[in-house]
Amino acid sequence: MTHALKTYSLTLVHFRLFKLESLLIQALLYCTDVMLKLKNINTYYGKIQALKNVSIHVNDGEIVALIGANGAGKTTVLNSISGITPPDEGKALFRDTSILGLSPDKIVKMGISQVPEGRQIFAPLTVLTNLELGAYHRYRRKNRFSLKEDMDAIFSFFPILKDRKNQIAGTLSGGEQQMLAIGRALMSQPSLLLLDEPSMGLAPIICKDIFSMISNLRNEFSTTILIVEQNAKAALQIADRGYVMETGKVILEEESENLLNNKEVQRAYLGKEKREIWE
Amino acid sequence: MNIWDESYECMPREELEQLQLERLQSTLNRVYKNVKFYRKRFDELNILPEDIRSDKDLSDLPLTTKSDLRDSYPYGMFAVSLREVVRLHSTSGMTGKPTVVGYTRNDLNTWTNLTARILTAGGVTKDDVVQITFAYGMLTGAFGLHYGAEKLGASVIPTSSGHTEKQINIMKDYKTTTLLSTPSYALRIVDTMADMGIDPKSLNLRVGLFGGEPWSENMRKEIEERLYIDATDNYGLSEVLGPGLSGECRFKCGLHIFEDHFIPEIIDPTTGRSLSSGEKGELVITTLTKEAFPMVRFRTGDITSLDFHSCKCGRTSVRMKKVMERADDMLIIKGVSVFPSQVEQVLYEIKGCEPHFQLVVDRKDRMDTLEVLVEVSEGIFFDEMKKQRQLLENIKRSLSRKLGVSVDVKLVEPKSIGMGSKREKRIIDKRVTHSESAIELGSANDH
Repeated sequence: MTHALKTYSLTLVHFRLFKLESLLIQALLYCTDVMLKLKNINTYYGKIQALKNVSIHVNDGEIVALIGANGAGKTTVLNSISGITPPDEGKALFRDTSILGLSPDKIVKMGISQVPEGRQIFAPLTVLTNLELGAYHRYRRKNRFSLKEDMDAIFSFFPILKDRKNQIAGTLSGGEQQMLAIGRALMSQPSLLLLDEPSMGLAPIICKDIFSMISNLRNEFSTTILIVEQNAKAALQIADRGYVMETGKVILEEESENLLNNKEVQRAYLGKEKREIWE
Repeated sequence: MNIWDESYECMPREELEQLQLERLQSTLNRVYKNVKFYRKRFDELNILPEDIRSDKDLSDLPLTTKSDLRDSYPYGMFAVSLREVVRLHSTSGMTGKPTVVGYTRNDLNTWTNLTARILTAGGVTKDDVVQITFAYGMLTGAFGLHYGAEKLGASVIPTSSGHTEKQINIMKDYKTTTLLSTPSYALRIVDTMADMGIDPKSLNLRVGLFGGEPWSENMRKEIEERLYIDATDNYGLSEVLGPGLSGECRFKCGLHIFEDHFIPEIIDPTTGRSLSSGEKGELVITTLTKEAFPMVRFRTGDITSLDFHSCKCGRTSVRMKKVMERADDMLIIKGVSVFPSQVEQVLYEIKGCEPHFQLVVDRKDRMDTLEVLVEVSEGIFFDEMKKQRQLLENIKRSLSRKLGVSVDVKLVEPKSIGMGSKREKRIIDKRVTHSESAIELGSANDH
């Protein structure tokens, strides 16, 4: 059913229909169930345990934020899902199928796509080639026409990329590179998008644009989003729910609104109330 | 059939279990980091929060008792600093020291939503006029329900407790549709109405939610028939949250526990071993979302059993049986918990009386009464009247102050009360023999 919806929503993007209908899709997506489920994930870097019993879930159509200080293990969670640093223990289910131990390319084929920290675009290649590489795993099997359709959808979502499609990616600005990185991930037609620090190194005003684009992604491409951010406030403002991580563990699971209200979170991650702590 | 928060109350069990695991693990990580008491307990048993990988592992963790809470009076069990606490409440204390419980803003938010769930389950809607006759004060009952009722959009009348005739006049004039009280107070209201010559039928009462003390099915029937309302039970305790832990839906087949916020367990009260859910035993609660005052495996002292079968109302949560008895010797008098050990302690401190005593609990005019029979030393018993009366007054004052309920005291001759320290001899609860619950209680006491 989700697949049908996706096709429907892509068509919608093409015909630029009214926002109302994309809201309808969103509403439909909300009533479906769990997309990703992690249970007791333990991940090691050599002998160092980076994740201790991490259990999280992401529902279909949700935006979930993972926040926490440097070194809390947020990126490791994303890397454990995408298979870059496979977990040593635990359960990871994507639409009820285990993805534990699968290679990253298989996981991408199943519909999980990661936008890495620091964007990691292919700097010497053109914007167009970067996008095409995002669809590498289906390039041979599907005809170019379908790739072009996806690319058009991405261009209409990020018009600036269309203007620069023949430019060398390394010459783009930070914000444009971030859009390109997201666009490249979308080329694999993911149902779950993993975003790692999309605001990193961007000017505050560009950050704002990027976050509003991310929150629109769910409507336009019907993707579910798991976002890791140091800019906790911005992430929580677009997210439905959030997890707070600390030294490899999850210490809070709440709806975003409640996390924004939580004094501890405010002090630790939102930069509020820096007065001394009462003991 | 209305449900306040369908997405959580009717969540498929599998999703609920995942959510419970996530919240349990994050709660354990937080208490281990922030509460010395738990860190010490876990360390003693060589348990780390990450050893808990499913709700089944929960039984490896130590139990928390009321006396643990007493020992960490006042703020020892808080998991956040006081600056983040926006509300303090307390429970009626066991041996003088009450337990202080705290709430962050989010905790109050959670509380509000949970009592809104209970009220909705009991049939209250935004069009209702809700009269709250619980005491507004240090106890949690009134405030919790108050927030929930306001959140629903109902019109709330915070009459607080007492002044029954005034309550009835308000009920009549303000066109109250919903009564929130203890079950015994509801019956007291009916009786007073009869004295005042007011026909309950002429009122607008529609539903009632009752809690704060055990009550039998017979009592429910009497309340429903005489007040012409739909009466449901709800349960909660201040140490865990206050009202909002569980409540009956209108099918009245057990109290739905809000499992997205609490994990219930049943243990054998004597051995502390976990029992399977259908078995009867002591209810143990672990909180999943509380920030200021999280509880890990708190022994409620209440005897019940759990039923995981789905309910006709559509909620997927487990249901607990109406609580009719205690695992310890705690008595509930006018909604206040009283332990015989408190009485014993007071008597120890007063010269001239032996700590041999008997508690006689009765219900007169719908209200609980507590009479304490105290043995006094021979010297005093045959001494002059004046001295005797002084002693009597002294005991009465000390007891009332300590227990928080008014007490009648009778001095009796030495050795007139059996020496046994067993519960049967120390406590005579005549309330039980008045109602059908006597049968249930009696059979329960057999084991």
